[in-house]
Amino acid sequence: MSGINDFIDNEVKTNDVVLFMKGTPQFPQCGFSGQVVQILDYLGVNYHGVNVLESDDLRQGIKEYSNWPTIPQLYVKGEFVGGCDIIREMFQASELQGHLEEQGVAVRGAA
Amino acid sequence: MAMTAGDIETMIKAAIPDAQVTIRDLAGDGDHYAAEVVSESFRGKTRVQQHQMVYDALSGNMGDALHALALQTSAPKQDAG
Repeated sequence: MSGINDFIDNEVKTNDVVLFMKGTPQFPQCGFSGQVVQILDYLGVNYHGVNVLESDDLRQGIKEYSNWPTIPQLYVKGEFVGGCDIIREMFQASELQGHLEEQGVAVRGAA
Repeated sequence: MAMTAGDIETMIKAAIPDAQVTIRDLAGDGDHYAAEVVSESFRGKTRVQQHQMVYDALSGNMGDALHALALQTSAPKQDAG
């Protein structure tokens, strides 16, 4: 496996919830990444942000790692959950909260 | 090279023949679209798998020509009758 793949694999496996995004949770640099940050913050989920803008290898490598062409990408317990559309859809259908809890991830008592 | 709504619909239908495709141009810049795709072939698949089918249909255009395609996929609603 290439270096970047090792890095990605390690990030995905050593963090319960990891968001590959453009920018950082404090300063998202893309509307779609910002939407997922808002949802995770609303749910009070602890997550690790990885800024793919820091390296082109990372930005391309993550798309190959998951066979998913866009950023952001959310992983929970090592499993790719989806991009912005899917996370928003799951959140609106209250499926995201259930999925996180099923995976043993603490979620603030969302309505 | 910006893509038109028609390009997107044609590419999706070429790969998913029975798809009903509705496209909204979000920004008028040929770069930000919302697409709703309904197809029987989505039934029983996870959202990630459904979206991947649409991305595969747009092979190679996602991410470069199409910066952002907001996707909504579903199988046709089954008749209650």
